[in-house]
Amino acid sequence: MNQPDRRREWLRIAGAAAVVIVLIALVDAATHGSFLQPSNIVRVLRQITYNCVLGVGQTFVIITGGIDLSVGSLVALTGVVAALFANALHLGGFPLIAATLVVAVAVGALAGWINALPVVKLNLPPFITTLAMLEMALGASFILAHGRPVALRTTDFQNTGIGSFLGGVTRALHLPSIPVPVIWMVVVIVAASVLLTRTRFGRYVFAIGGNEEAARLAGINVGRVKTLVYVISGACAAIVGFLYMALFSSGSPQTGTGDELLESIAAVVVGGTSLTGGRGSIVGTFFGALLIGVLYNAMNLLNVDSYLQKVLLGAVILLAVVLDELRKRYLAR
Amino acid sequence: MTAPLLQMRGIGKSFPGVRALSDVSLELFPGEVLVLVGENGAGKSTLMKILAGAIPADQGEISIDGTPVHFHSPQDAQRRGVGMIYQEFTLVPQLFAPANIALGAEPAAGPFIDAAAVRERAKRTLDELGVDIPLDVPVAQLSVGQQQLVEIAKVLARNARIIVMDEPTAALSEREIERLFTIIGRLRSSGAGIIYISHRMEELSRIADRIMVLRDGRVVEARAAADFSSDEIVRAMVGRRLEAHFPELPPVPRDAKLRLEVHDLVRAPAINGVSFGVHAGEIVALAGLVGAGRTEIVRAVAGADRPERGDVRVDGRALRSASIGAAIAAGVAFITEDRKAQGLVLGMSVRENVTLAHLGDFVDRDLLIDVARERSATTRMIDELHIRTPSTEQLARNLSGGTQQKVVLAKWLLGQAGVFLFDEPTRGIDVGAKAEIYKIMVELAARGGAIVMVSSDLPEALGMAHRVLVVRGGRIAAEFSRAEATPDRVIAVATGAAA
Repeated sequence: MNQPDRRREWLRIAGAAAVVIVLIALVDAATHGSFLQPSNIVRVLRQITYNCVLGVGQTFVIITGGIDLSVGSLVALTGVVAALFANALHLGGFPLIAATLVVAVAVGALAGWINALPVVKLNLPPFITTLAMLEMALGASFILAHGRPVALRTTDFQNTGIGSFLGGVTRALHLPSIPVPVIWMVVVIVAASVLLTRTRFGRYVFAIGGNEEAARLAGINVGRVKTLVYVISGACAAIVGFLYMALFSSGSPQTGTGDELLESIAAVVVGGTSLTGGRGSIVGTFFGALLIGVLYNAMNLLNVDSYLQKVLLGAVILLAVVLDELRKRYLAR
Repeated sequence: MTAPLLQMRGIGKSFPGVRALSDVSLELFPGEVLVLVGENGAGKSTLMKILAGAIPADQGEISIDGTPVHFHSPQDAQRRGVGMIYQEFTLVPQLFAPANIALGAEPAAGPFIDAAAVRERAKRTLDELGVDIPLDVPVAQLSVGQQQLVEIAKVLARNARIIVMDEPTAALSEREIERLFTIIGRLRSSGAGIIYISHRMEELSRIADRIMVLRDGRVVEARAAADFSSDEIVRAMVGRRLEAHFPELPPVPRDAKLRLEVHDLVRAPAINGVSFGVHAGEIVALAGLVGAGRTEIVRAVAGADRPERGDVRVDGRALRSASIGAAIAAGVAFITEDRKAQGLVLGMSVRENVTLAHLGDFVDRDLLIDVARERSATTRMIDELHIRTPSTEQLARNLSGGTQQKVVLAKWLLGQAGVFLFDEPTRGIDVGAKAEIYKIMVELAARGGAIVMVSSDLPEALGMAHRVLVVRGGRIAAEFSRAEATPDRVIAVATGAAA
């Protein structure tokens, strides 16, 4: 990046940070200081974990110019499969947790591979193939679960779902405990971010989204890269399915089938990833999820009516993408 | 003397950091063809965008028929009779020609489109042009030349009297160019004024009444075409004396090995049995009309399309499969025709584009990309090819056409390629950048590379190749050595006038 560009980039970040700080200060004042309580901050992070991890997987897909509508149903399917599997296994402790996670991720990845197959081989639009997967996975999870949540027989997953990380240390320092799922989110974000920005695969994801034909003519195996992004998205959905199962001590065919899909896509888009492909970042998706999470939290603290919350959330999403577009136009001049 | 149709006075325009136009004035008279020339970045497109109402000017005024006009949108300009024919067509590929011609101004019968009137109007406009093109197929199925005629009909149907054509012959065959010139003649005699942008010297003397040269956003010369020699034009454009247009080709050593062998390549309907070989140090041009199958041949050799039959050998070894990956691994570099659609990822930086085809060479421990190494390799390429970019991180989209083409070249020079397939390597780029690209081609040949060049620019094909293969109907219809290849002979074979 040359000097003026870099300076402009810093100005932009500083400007955005200033706005956020002022907003936070206002909300904090309005809630008499409870907004910035460490325990409240941790609460927000825990709440955004699930949509953020879904959004991370979705980010890969969207940068290639695709979309994955099946992630919500895959959360349900992988949660149910994980619960059934854990109940059937005569294992305990870490081996049980690890084996269950592996099975859940394998199911999610397989579903992602099936999503990609017609996209890659027949050039069908991913909107359709993943919509079909949405229905199939949802139906399959109800069939497998016989229509009701599959309760876990063991309590081995409790720490994964609701436990805290290094609880002794945080207690000694008088800090709020850090929930284990938040650690999962951090690990997923870091791994995905390195994958997207530092590896060949990541570079190819951007190249395909930017100009698929140029990528193909540069010798890139476009089909393989595209398949992998749907596999990653499926795997991320499986991690969320697994974490929800651990949280609720059961795998339910209804988990993940509410607002998760659209809110995770909103996090990606608010985070600056272009729906037309070629541009985006994992860190952006995290901040997108954070913005949505903070907004809900602030509205709850301010006792905003829950229906009105939806209206305001939609307005903020629209405002965020409009501002981003205006900024791009300003920079492009 | 008649009153001018169009006057632009003192036009100025700045973009952040760039003064694109300063104090540019222009007059266009009815029945006149004004040719606008200038290197990429000279300000031609900016000036035409202002005329078309696509961007506002900072200073200056425009009047049409002596009346001052203020364009706030392209629609304003269209209403005043300004018609633009861009290099990239603005047709809807799935619609038929009549629907495209009427687009945005459909005659209505009550709440519905009057399909008969749409067709009638298209027919009438095309008749006026004296051309006959199929009206019942999607325009995507028409040839490039026919699509351009639809574009022209589209602006005429809107009663355009000031018609701007941006590089209209860039994608046309010789025959289509002739037809276009006939049509321009007809438009001129009907009293329209035409502004014609071109890089091709040989066209100018044929159609220009006046020639205006822009350089660095200023008018440096505007003269009647008759008193403007092509040497003078080129000098005015670049502001410095150019050496001979084409660099000297070193002879192919007599014992040079065959680096590329193509045997009995078939991919119906475009390729119908093509065999040829290229030696180390040799440049071979594939000449012929657009649609003769030249691009299809190089695409098949590059592994971009799978041939039905035939084999391709590089340095004596057959490619392990008909795929791009196999061709690249064997040392084949394919510099595509359309840099925006096929050559570059415009939203990526120069560095990311340059390393895209050889990213494996920049990876540590088979995992992470070493950006520092990418940067130094890209910097080397920027120096070697004189790529005019402020940094390795500049986005490809912000570079001029000639510079973009050099980035595409850099991408392929980075590897160890020995066979270079150039498809229209200099289309739409300015004279200075052309000369530099020719120099690079000669240098590649001098280092033992085997080069195949598809070119629709006949002087280029003849001036830059040791051998010329004329393609017609997906076959090689004739082969000429450099000494034998004359424009008449090549055109005669290409058009089927001689075998």
